[in-house]
Amino acid sequence: MNILYDEEIDGALSKVDRADLFAELRQAVPDLLILHREEDLHPYECDGLAAYRTMPLLAVLPERVEQVEAILRICHARRVPVVARGAGTGLSGGALPLAQGVLLVMARFNRILELNPKGRFARVQPGVRNLAISQAAAPYELYYAPDPSSQIACSIGGNVAENAGGVHCLKYGLTVHNVIKIEVLTMEGERLTLGADALDAPGFDLLALFTGSEGMLGIVTEVTVKLLPKPRVARVLMASFDSVDNAGKAVADIIGAGIIPGGLEMMDKLAIQAAEDFIHAGYPVDAEAILLCELDGVELDVAEDIERVRAVLDKAGATAVSLARDEAERVRFWAGRKNAFPAVGRMSPDYYCMDGTIPRRHLPKVLRGTAELSEQYGLRVANVFHAGDGNMHPLILFDANRPGELEKAEELGGKILELCVAVGGTITGEHGVGREKINQMCVQFNVDEIGFFHAVKAALDEHGLLNPGKNIPTLRRCAENGAMRVHQGELPFPELERF
Amino acid sequence: MTMEARDADCSEALLAQVCAALATNTPVQIQGGNTKSFYGRVSAGTLLDTRRHRGIVSYDPTELVVTARAGTPLAELEAVLEQAGQMLAFEPPHFGAGATVGGMVAAGLSGPRRPWVGAVRDFVLGCRLITGNGKHLRFGGEVMKNVAGYDVSRLMAGSLGCLGLLTEISFKVLPKPRSSLTLRLDMDANTALLRFADWGQQPLPITAACHDGEALMLRLEGGEGSVKAARESLGGEEASPAFWTALREQQLSFFTDSAPLWRVSVANDSRPALPDGTQLIDWGGALRWLKTHADAAAVRGAAVAAGGHASCLTPGACDSPLHPLPEVLMRYHRQLKAQLDPQGIFNPGRMYAGL
Repeated sequence: MNILYDEEIDGALSKVDRADLFAELRQAVPDLLILHREEDLHPYECDGLAAYRTMPLLAVLPERVEQVEAILRICHARRVPVVARGAGTGLSGGALPLAQGVLLVMARFNRILELNPKGRFARVQPGVRNLAISQAAAPYELYYAPDPSSQIACSIGGNVAENAGGVHCLKYGLTVHNVIKIEVLTMEGERLTLGADALDAPGFDLLALFTGSEGMLGIVTEVTVKLLPKPRVARVLMASFDSVDNAGKAVADIIGAGIIPGGLEMMDKLAIQAAEDFIHAGYPVDAEAILLCELDGVELDVAEDIERVRAVLDKAGATAVSLARDEAERVRFWAGRKNAFPAVGRMSPDYYCMDGTIPRRHLPKVLRGTAELSEQYGLRVANVFHAGDGNMHPLILFDANRPGELEKAEELGGKILELCVAVGGTITGEHGVGREKINQMCVQFNVDEIGFFHAVKAALDEHGLLNPGKNIPTLRRCAENGAMRVHQGELPFPELERF
Repeated sequence: MTMEARDADCSEALLAQVCAALATNTPVQIQGGNTKSFYGRVSAGTLLDTRRHRGIVSYDPTELVVTARAGTPLAELEAVLEQAGQMLAFEPPHFGAGATVGGMVAAGLSGPRRPWVGAVRDFVLGCRLITGNGKHLRFGGEVMKNVAGYDVSRLMAGSLGCLGLLTEISFKVLPKPRSSLTLRLDMDANTALLRFADWGQQPLPITAACHDGEALMLRLEGGEGSVKAARESLGGEEASPAFWTALREQQLSFFTDSAPLWRVSVANDSRPALPDGTQLIDWGGALRWLKTHADAAAVRGAAVAAGGHASCLTPGACDSPLHPLPEVLMRYHRQLKAQLDPQGIFNPGRMYAGL
């Protein structure tokens, strides 16, 4: 089923006259940058999920909160949908525009407002890039922990909207664990402060509710993040395995030994080969799987942990274990992993990245299931895996120029996600539902749970004007896309235990 | 195995009780071990006791995840984790032997380790919930990363049972530190606050920091090497770790003063101008326990000026024991309550009047 907005299935949107709306915005906010010509709107027609594009009705690029407030009040009064966008790096189409909606581009809110080393926080505008926060904090030996792969470009407002993660989540948490306060505007243009400069705030935890809500509940206009002292040292071990099962077992054994690595990443053979061809990181290309285990903290503890982890890896059947000798080698080991996506991109005209998360003990089962599906669909799948927290990123290789192959890749991706749900996991660990996984939501949640989500939405955005069609499917969509087969007694993967 | 013999899935009975309450439009008052009735307002309604719905549903230490039924005694959950060398890192207070897992999450209170590892809500991964529409639903799950749908599970932490009846909760757990040491350093409160700000910018293995009015109490936790090194550079004398349990459970002599007790949560580097009374500083400066007869407005004004809020934990001492919300925010709270609990049957008024 096509994932572009379909009023029949996703709900009717009001018909808006572009010229009228333009005139009203122009009059109410005279100095607002409004894009309306097709050539100006082109760069905004998609986010990181570039296979899907829609030209927005208008794009507005405010630079002051009062402007955003005015835009929202006008759109609310006219019942015009509003889609917020940060840097547009999201991989799930969360910022995909609507033909009948305004695209609210927050990128010009790009100032760091306050950096307080004593209080260990930074107060920033939502368009500030993730990495820019750590760079600004570096002179104080502090940093902002969540580090999504896109951190050089992605904005903190988008990170809040998606609850972005990265490779250090097991130890340092996701965005939700590292943001202490946000300023938001509701669809009605009302200002709310959620969270506090203190460690908690009275009332319901709306800060947690808003984090990861994909721009459906409000517009983030300011973010206060927690800064952490930089670990004194970080060392990385690389272990090779002749089977993925052994590598999976080693992960469980490391954690069972009471060690929480700063990063713990797994790659399978195809991903290893792709990365090695591209980066020359020194990966063993004949291994079935490798583990990268980073230990960080105070020198003495890290030295102890390296020996413990080395012993665990040997016992778990690692065929080789090497410790990065110096910082240059550590960076090189990581470069292979961090560039795994573009590396795979060199092997195939196109690739499609999945984001399912599973309880780690089911890793061998899910990898075997993925391999079977890969064979069945005739498309190669490379696996990179945030092994510490169970977040998988299977990369499906395909060629969009071959008729039907994109659809086949999407169908295969959908099956992999259903497999993740079947073992007690989730369809998305950190990329978000957006438009991309809107149909799979119907597999993970039943009608009543989806109804509960709609009730949450209605409490904050009565008319459903913020980012309509994203994150939570309509019940109509769930009924139509056939995912309801789950409720007709024909479960996918019937051999698996249910949770 | 006697413990397990008492384990039972009574969710059907709980659901039936909620459905009956909905049918007759009668509010329920959710109660576990009744150890935190002093927290928040008094709510009217038929008693709904969760304690028969108990037991650990799943626990695999290598996954760092445990799932327990709401009525499970908190002490029982902690004992099971202890056997595997793991813990609820946020150190929740019990306030009595009968404290349950569900009550702990609904209250959302965290102990001395909170500034360094996170609060209850940071460790909640998923929940099952009986809703105001009489449905038993599941949100989140047993995985560390999950952004499918809204984060309903974390919303439930600290909601005082006002949005639904929690029946089951999954938590992230952590290994206990290999080494732990409690230190007592003689210094006044002002010096302690300066040190907190200084130490906070360094990667020191501090996991609790409290000034009890007389001395600074510090806890160091981590590997043997880092704890030993920090202990040598910080000085002071070794003290009993029992201090932290007594602090968490409000059993220190400070708490016996007869004046009303205020919990004042502030920015960690702030210097709140709190009214006269006695004060105990926890959370490395971010939490102030205050014993005072001053009126609520004075305490709250000082808390707000320091970036925070103040709750009164002495029943009857204040009309709105939990810090009142700005009107716009309160309106969205009412809208959320109306959407999720349309008949208003779950703990009405427990958090705020009219909610």
